[in-house]
Amino acid sequence: MTAYTASPSEHTDEHYLAMDLLRFTTAGSVDDGKSTLIGRLLYDSKAIFEDTLENLERVTEQRGEETLNLALLTDGLRAEREQGITIDVAYRYFATPKRKFIIADTPGHIQYTRNMVTGASTANLAIILIDARKGVIEQTCRHSFIASLIGIPHVVVAVNKMDLVDFSEARFQEIVAQYSEFASRLNIPDIKFIPISALHGDNVVENSARTPWYKGGSLLYTLETVYIGSDLNHIDPRFSIQTVIRPNNDAHHDFRGFAGRVAGGVFKPGDDIISLPSGLPAVIKSIHGPEGELAEAFAPMSVAITLDREIDSSRGDLFAKPHNQPAVTQDVEAMVCWFAPAKLNPSGKYILRHATRETKCAIKAVRYKVNINTLHKNTEDLTIGMNDIGRIHVRTAVPLMIDPYKRNRTTGSFILIDEFTNETVGAGMILWPDGSERSPAEQFADMGGL
Amino acid sequence: MSSYNLTHLAQLEHEAIFVLREVAAQFERPALLFSGGKDSIVMARLAQKAFAPAKLPFPLVHVDTGHNFSEAIEYRDWFAEDVGARLIVRYVADSIKAGRCQEEKGPNPSRNGLQTVTLLDTIEEFKFDACLGGARRDEEKARAKERFFSHRDEFGQWDPKNQRPELWNLFNGRKNQGEHFRVFPLSNWTEMDVWQYIAREKLKIPSIYFSHQRRIVNRNGVLLAESPYITLLDGERYEERTVRYRTVGDSTCTGAVESPASTMAEIIQEVASARVTERGTRADDKRSESAMEDRKKAGYF
Repeated sequence: MTAYTASPSEHTDEHYLAMDLLRFTTAGSVDDGKSTLIGRLLYDSKAIFEDTLENLERVTEQRGEETLNLALLTDGLRAEREQGITIDVAYRYFATPKRKFIIADTPGHIQYTRNMVTGASTANLAIILIDARKGVIEQTCRHSFIASLIGIPHVVVAVNKMDLVDFSEARFQEIVAQYSEFASRLNIPDIKFIPISALHGDNVVENSARTPWYKGGSLLYTLETVYIGSDLNHIDPRFSIQTVIRPNNDAHHDFRGFAGRVAGGVFKPGDDIISLPSGLPAVIKSIHGPEGELAEAFAPMSVAITLDREIDSSRGDLFAKPHNQPAVTQDVEAMVCWFAPAKLNPSGKYILRHATRETKCAIKAVRYKVNINTLHKNTEDLTIGMNDIGRIHVRTAVPLMIDPYKRNRTTGSFILIDEFTNETVGAGMILWPDGSERSPAEQFADMGGL
Repeated sequence: MSSYNLTHLAQLEHEAIFVLREVAAQFERPALLFSGGKDSIVMARLAQKAFAPAKLPFPLVHVDTGHNFSEAIEYRDWFAEDVGARLIVRYVADSIKAGRCQEEKGPNPSRNGLQTVTLLDTIEEFKFDACLGGARRDEEKARAKERFFSHRDEFGQWDPKNQRPELWNLFNGRKNQGEHFRVFPLSNWTEMDVWQYIAREKLKIPSIYFSHQRRIVNRNGVLLAESPYITLLDGERYEERTVRYRTVGDSTCTGAVESPASTMAEIIQEVASARVTERGTRADDKRSESAMEDRKKAGYF
């Protein structure tokens, strides 16, 4: 197993500055080698430094373990090291000459579904680990459902511990068939299967001689090459105003810049826009990015937009185009994932934060709860407790400018906040309405495959 | 469609600007913690861009231990003047004088931990409700667990096991009276990203980041600069070496690295081939396995 070497010359300016970014998350149950895999990726891509490694060697020795315990790399908090478990999402960074990577490393325990949802919310890709001896188990289904619900475009199913099944192609194919059957009920556009041994490094960085029957790329190769250029929405123009920049000085007397981040589509100077919810039209005069004036702005750029006329727009309002607008509504159908120990109050009031808008809201109905292991819809038991996922109807105090989550992860998502504790208690993914003729049920089928 | 791609550095830049603007919009009295170190320089530069052509909508705040490198302090003052920002400096020495905390004993007394007292007092004095910090998740294992918006209770404490989930780009800055937030716009940046950005933006940085001659003492592998705050132990002596700093903190706990790198390009080459973490030069992290976690829980940066 040769270690992956990024020589310093590969970090020259042009090279480094041309790299793109892949955010991925890892999901697996407690003993399927997730931490070992991450440790392996960091170790082989030389993202682990000598002092960290020495520390690791020392701790491994203290614990009386024989092989280097790469899992210890990911447990940052004292309680985690003491209990040998991962409690919270940890973020890791590594780079190869092709790409830079951010890993949201989430714990696999059942009680930490909220962490997986958190880690997955910004991810382009999820690695789902399966123990080759055990095959597809309940947790695999749960993790895959969450990946589908949260709209991760790419899933890599890493069939791990292949060394313990003698690198058997038959066993691998059996698991591929098992998983594919289950996944046909989900909405994951891109699924790849890779047989690996995280412990020994087979097919992690380089293709293994022990799996000559496997013709695909190694895990790292897959991470480096998966196409993410179309993961963001570049079709529907959406821009939520964060704040208005008014310099109030002589040099920029009339400057009034609407600052925010493009959530979808493309904006150019000269474009007709419409400010929502007011419906006031205007024309874009200029767009200012971090490096000066821009000819166009697209997601996820942070810019300031000036208009040809004075219109009354402020934080929470949204710019779209006259011919392509989101729904403006106070009624929202959504899937919600619950995070708080206190159950969702089916007639309660919460604070809802959507894009840059914050409003009070009331839960109007709980439609059903999802059994996240079987994907069964439960309409009898409607209590939504911690780590539960269900479908709700919410009414907001002011209109929201929404798109279905499936179409846009920014204008299609919200969080619920407890009015009294200020804790973030739930995450919502909007199902309805959208511009199509499809019913909420059909759309939900699109999203979660239920 | 393929042209709608951003490089990773641009993505990090746009993300940080989004976070900075959220802070200005969600809080009444934010402040930007500015030490003159490379991370706070990058953060301040991003803040300039976030609100241009207007000025920074918050003051720069520095907690001065009195053991800082003079180069960083000079830079701090020059920078505040250059960007036209209000600079607030509070001194650990004043906290000690007022009996709010005590100087450490021993051959290596550090005021690093004492900064927490002065910082929390400063937050209370100005009623800051959000403090922007340049900390990054790749720096240290406890920091890897940090949120962008990190909630602090009325005692300024961090509760790592009970953090708010942070989804998508929805940042929940709601809080009760007396509580505040620490916000880290550079959460997803690595040391390499920071240097590349400094190079791309042609930012000025304090001279101690570049190679220079300095008298140092090697204590437990950490090269400490000569200073009146360090007492030499038996067998220790100062020697002149060619060094530079990778991180700039308190001079009593920040070690130098031996390095000939005297240009930005050479520094970047050095970072690319570095085999030791940046905080490996920090004596404050070497005190115990969870030294950073313990300080952060108490209200440290």
